[in-house]
Amino acid sequence: MAPMTIELQPGFADKVLSAQSTFRTVMEAMARPGQVMVVGDEVGGPSSMMPGVAAIALTLLDQETPLWLDEAFLRAPDVGAWLKFHTGAPIVGRSDAASFALIAEPATLPDLASFALGTPEYPDRSTTLILQVPSLTAGQTFHLRGPGIDGMTALTASLAPADLFARLSINEALFPRGLDVILVDGRSLVAIPRTTRLASSGV
Amino acid sequence: MNAPTYNFAYLDEQTKRMIRRAILKAIAIPGYQVPFASREMPMPYGWGTGGVQVTAAILGPKDVLKVIDQGSDDTTNAISIRKFFAKTAGVETTTSTDAATVIQTRHRIPEAPLRAGQVLVYQVPIPEPLRFLEPRETETRRMHALAEYGLMHVKLYEDIARFGHIATSYAYPVKVNARYVMDPSPTPKFDNPKMDNCPALQLFGAGREKRIYAIPPYTSVVSLDFEDHPFTRYKFDAPCALCGAEDSYLDEIVTDNKGSRMFVCSDTDYCEGRQAAGHRGTESVAPHKEAAHG
Ligand SMILES: [Zn+2]
Repeated sequence: MAPMTIELQPGFADKVLSAQSTFRTVMEAMARPGQVMVVGDEVGGPSSMMPGVAAIALTLLDQETPLWLDEAFLRAPDVGAWLKFHTGAPIVGRSDAASFALIAEPATLPDLASFALGTPEYPDRSTTLILQVPSLTAGQTFHLRGPGIDGMTALTASLAPADLFARLSINEALFPRGLDVILVDGRSLVAIPRTTRLASSGV
Repeated sequence: MNAPTYNFAYLDEQTKRMIRRAILKAIAIPGYQVPFASREMPMPYGWGTGGVQVTAAILGPKDVLKVIDQGSDDTTNAISIRKFFAKTAGVETTTSTDAATVIQTRHRIPEAPLRAGQVLVYQVPIPEPLRFLEPRETETRRMHALAEYGLMHVKLYEDIARFGHIATSYAYPVKVNARYVMDPSPTPKFDNPKMDNCPALQLFGAGREKRIYAIPPYTSVVSLDFEDHPFTRYKFDAPCALCGAEDSYLDEIVTDNKGSRMFVCSDTDYCEGRQAAGHRGTESVAPHKEAAHG
């Protein structure tokens, strides 16, 4: 075996407690779509990977979760090795076989229908998409409604792809099948589960 | 010195990850039952191992945990689960609904309104509301997939034909987010309206049946009914004998060995809080702590 030429970044300082607190952040985010949550724990990771994405990966991925990476993450020299070392998740080529997809450059996000959408009997067997986006504090304002939202909530964000919500409208037609998305900007994250809808603007 | 041989909150990390992934899917698909690989817990199934596993997967050192059994913090079951997590996770425990961040419950929803940020974890014995109509899992999965819930309405309507009203008073089926019919666990139907548009997150764990499901905050939860026979919550004839509450679920308790009876709040924290605030019922001097439940 060739010697390791890349020194891998560490993961969590305390695997058990940091995974717990990161999970609670993600759970709160999924329960309150559109609200910005912040990962508090210190986390290491590859330079091309935002700390929020690294923390989610360390918290939710393991040998049982086939993982799909976009071209940018695949090309980064340390990402595959870091994920393999810290999570053991098998990296798969077919996006429709993935439990999770990590996307570094969401502007080039493939057709959403190419991911696992679940089945009518088991809609949970779908890919959770984790997208690194330009900003979750500045940009366009989106008004959202759905379970977890008290009436309506406003998310101000600069998204990639820019037409993300339009593309996520497949969730409305497919429900209960569909895709759940977590947007990440640095340590901040916002969940858009398949039940979240864009409210008509101006309301 | 004996170092603990178990992991934080008892479960190993791989099991926690698996349960955590199931919880996220359950939140994303309100009312849908997510299968999970339930683990053996150091307590019998009847003690709510599904709820215990969900609690173990979410609990952290900053949480304050309350455990209730039929509304009471003081049953053997509630005390054991509270001690289990105090020991394995070092969490602070409480009997106060308001002070708790995580509340594990068997068969009741607290009377005090829940708030955003709280998590209510239900122990569920039978998660499938269609099971008594259809024993085959493949069939109930198909019925949920097609939202084919006609049989459930037929069953409720048979009640009306036989009794003149819907006789189901526990585990009364609800529809979540206008899509999935869900079993709210054997809570009295009195509690059903509290599930609707609730600011807290509600998680349900069934250990033996290996299912996790959820109601996100601010989600519509409607008890199934008919236009000519609308859902009714159930009204008690008299207020609580100890605190005078007219809006809480009451248990009938025996007060002496001659068989005297009275009706008191099932939610002991609520009742004690009201008494401490000066509210009185007709029997306020009675020794509330000796109330025998179930
Ligand atoms: Zn009372």
